[in-house]
Amino acid sequence: MGEDGESTKINHSFLRDYVTEADVISTVEFNQTGDLLATGDKGGRVVIFQRETESKGESEELGESGEYNVYSTFQSHEPDFDYLKSLEIEEKINKIRWLPQQNAAHFLLSTNDKTIKLWKVSERDKRPEGYNLKDEEGRIKDISTVTSLRVPVLKPTDLMVEVRPRRVFANGHTYHVNSISVNSDGETYLSADDLRINMWHLDITDRSFNIVDIKPANMEDLTEVITAAEFHPQHCHLFVYSSSKGTLRLCDMRESALCDRHSKIFEEPEDPGNRSFFSEIISSVSDVKFSHSGRYLLTRDYLTVKVWDLHMEKGPVETYQVHEYLRSRLCSLYENDCIFDKFECVWNSTDSVIMTGAYNSFFRMFDRETGRGVTLEAWRESSKPRAVLRTRRVYTGGRRRRGDVGVDSLDFTKKILHMAWHPAENIIAIAATNNLYIFQDRVKPENQCEET
Amino acid sequence: MIRSLWMNFIHFPLRLLGCHPCFRLTMFSKGTKRKFADGGEEISDDGLVAARVASSYSLQRQSLLDMSLIKLQLCHMLVEPNLCRSVLIANTVRQIQEEMTHDGSWHMVTEAFCGASQSPSERLVATEVLCRSREPDAEPKLFSVISYEGCREEEVVADETLCSVSVSDTVSNVCLSGRMGQRWEKSDVEREEEALEDSRLGSGDDDEEIDTEDESTPEGPKTIGQVFGTFEIKNGSPGPDSALEELFSDVDTSYYDLDTMLTGMQSAPKMGPYDLLDSLAPSHSSPSIVSTPNCRSDLNELDHIMEIIVGS
Repeated sequence: MGEDGESTKINHSFLRDYVTEADVISTVEFNQTGDLLATGDKGGRVVIFQRETESKGESEELGESGEYNVYSTFQSHEPDFDYLKSLEIEEKINKIRWLPQQNAAHFLLSTNDKTIKLWKVSERDKRPEGYNLKDEEGRIKDISTVTSLRVPVLKPTDLMVEVRPRRVFANGHTYHVNSISVNSDGETYLSADDLRINMWHLDITDRSFNIVDIKPANMEDLTEVITAAEFHPQHCHLFVYSSSKGTLRLCDMRESALCDRHSKIFEEPEDPGNRSFFSEIISSVSDVKFSHSGRYLLTRDYLTVKVWDLHMEKGPVETYQVHEYLRSRLCSLYENDCIFDKFECVWNSTDSVIMTGAYNSFFRMFDRETGRGVTLEAWRESSKPRAVLRTRRVYTGGRRRRGDVGVDSLDFTKKILHMAWHPAENIIAIAATNNLYIFQDRVKPENQCEET
Repeated sequence: MIRSLWMNFIHFPLRLLGCHPCFRLTMFSKGTKRKFADGGEEISDDGLVAARVASSYSLQRQSLLDMSLIKLQLCHMLVEPNLCRSVLIANTVRQIQEEMTHDGSWHMVTEAFCGASQSPSERLVATEVLCRSREPDAEPKLFSVISYEGCREEEVVADETLCSVSVSDTVSNVCLSGRMGQRWEKSDVEREEEALEDSRLGSGDDDEEIDTEDESTPEGPKTIGQVFGTFEIKNGSPGPDSALEELFSDVDTSYYDLDTMLTGMQSAPKMGPYDLLDSLAPSHSSPSIVSTPNCRSDLNELDHIMEIIVGS
C-alpha cells in the first residue's frame, strides 16, 4: 500500500460512503428456524427479511428454496447524548439476537453501545368487521339505526407487520456493549461491555445482575478488556467471554455469584518465533461462538480462526490461517487502524464448516474435516444473481494464476466483518458495507447467490 | 456525518508526521536482527552492518512509539473512543518503553533531549510541530524529545545532565511518557519523583491542590496514567512556572477526569490544543520562559505545555 495510493483510497471511499454511512450494516442474525434474517445498521435501523415459502410447483423440480424479502423495517435506536460526559452515544446496532419463538409473535433483542431493547414482531392479517356500535370507518353509529345484533367476524386483510418495543434495558453499562446472548433457559440474557458482564431477566428492566467485573481499582492499571461473551447453548449456567489478550474464560454461575474467577481459562502459549510489538494486538479475540453441539468454541483473532475443545484448555485443537500474508504488513495495518478491525466467525449447522470474513470483500470458509480453506468474494460486480460463486486466491508466491489478487491490491476498506449462517441449511448472509449478500447452496453442488 | 469526517482525518496527520518509509512494510520483529544477505560485504563490515540493522530497528521502534502516542492523543471525538483500541495501543507503548529501558536507549534519548545545543525556543517549536502536524519532514527525534521526559530510576541517580531535573527539582514535572520504564519499580527515589509528579490538568475540585507525598500510592504506569488518568494542576510550584500558570489560568480544567480520558473527551473543550498553542506563541518572547538559562526549567515549561496539549 503506497502512501499516496492509500490516501487516495481513503479520500475516494470517504466520498463514496459519505452518503450511505448510516446504511452500513453492523450486524446480521438468523432466527432459530432461519425463516427470518435481521440486519442492523449504523443508522440504528433494523431490517428483517423473511424467507418466501416454496410454493411454486414448476420450480420444485429445480429444488428452489425461497428467497429472502424484506419483511419489516423499523428504527431501533436513536442517536443519544450523554450529558454527563458531553459525548454522543451512537445509534449503531452492535448486535441483534433472536429469542426462541414461543407464540405467533417473534421477539428480538437489539443493542447499541448503551441500551438493549426487546422488540416484538407480530403479524396482523385479519381484522374484525361487523361491529354493532361502530360503522366501517369507526364512527359511532346512531343507536336507533341498529335493528339487529350480529357477531363481528374476522376478515382477512393485507398483511401488516407490527414491531413494538416491549422492554428497554437502559443504564446497565458504563462502557460500550459489545455482545448480547440469550440464555437457554429462555428467561435471561447477558450483555457484555468492555469491562463488565451483566445478566438480565427478560421481564425486568430496572435491574441487572453483574456477573463479571474486570475493571481495576485504578484505571491506569487497565491492560485487558472483554471483547465478546456468549452463553452455552445447552447449559444455562455456563458462559464464556474473550479478552483483548487472547484468553477465553469459561465461567460457571453455580460457583459463585460474581464470576470474576473463571472456571476454566483457555489460552494458547505465545509462539516466541513470531513475537513482535503487534503480537498482543493480533491475539485479541474479536468474536467467540459456541458450536451447536456445545462441545467446541470458535474464536477469531486478527490473522486466524481457532477451534477449541472445552475439555482442553492449553490450546486450540484447530487453527486456520485466514490471511497470514498480512503478517508482514502489520505495521501499515496498525497505522491505518485496520489491525483493530473486529471480524466475526460462524459455524455451519452441523459444526463441520466454519466461516469468517477478510478484506477486499473476501470471506473464508474452512472445512474442518479436510482442513482445507476456500476464499470467496462478496462483490456486486463479480456476482450476478444466480451466478455460481467462484473461489478467489490471494497471490503469495509461487505460480501466479489468472484471477489471483496481489496483497498490495487488496482493498482494506472493503471488510467483511459481519455474517450469519442459517441454523439448518447451507444459506449464508454476508454483510459487505451497506450491501447484504445471501448465498444459498442448491441441491446441485454449485453455490448461487442473490443480492439484496 | 462528522464522525466519518473525523475517522478519515486521523490518517492524515499520521502520514504527515513522516513515518519512516523504511519501516512501513516491515514488521517490528523483536528477534529478527538479520544481517544483510549481501555477499559482497567483507567480514570486517559485519559489525557495521549489525550496527546499521540495530539502529534501523531502533528507529523503527521509535517511530512505532511515536505513532502509538499520537493515536492515543488523537481522541478529540464526539463519540467515546474505543476502549479496546486504546488499551491495546497503550499496551504497545508500554512494551516499547520496557524494551527501550532494558536496552538503555531510554537514556540516550533523554540525553539527546537535554542537549545544550537546543535552545528553549527550538524546543517549543518542536512541540508545535508535533501538535500541528504540519511539517512532513519533522524528525522523529523531535517527537522523542517530547515523548521522553524523565528517565529511569538508575539514570536519575547517575546521570546529571538530565535526570537532576526530575529528581531534585521540586517543580512539578511532566513526564509524558518517561516514567514508563520505571513504573514497576518502587523505590524511595521513584516515590519522590512521583511525588513531584506531573502537572496534571484535572478536575475542578482538585485544582490548586498540591498532591505530593500523598501521591505515593502504588500507581504503576504513570505515563499511561497521563493518557488514561487524572490530570490535575499542581500550582504549588514556584519559579518559572508562574508565567505558564498565568497563561493557563483560564484553562478549564474540569473536563480532565479519570475516566474521561479513557472513555472519551468532552466534545467541546473550551480551549483546544491549538488554542493553547496560539496563546503560547507570543510567550516565546516572554522573558520568563526564554531567558531561563538552565536546562531544567526549560524542560519543565515544555513539559507543562506538552501536558496540556496531550491532556486535551
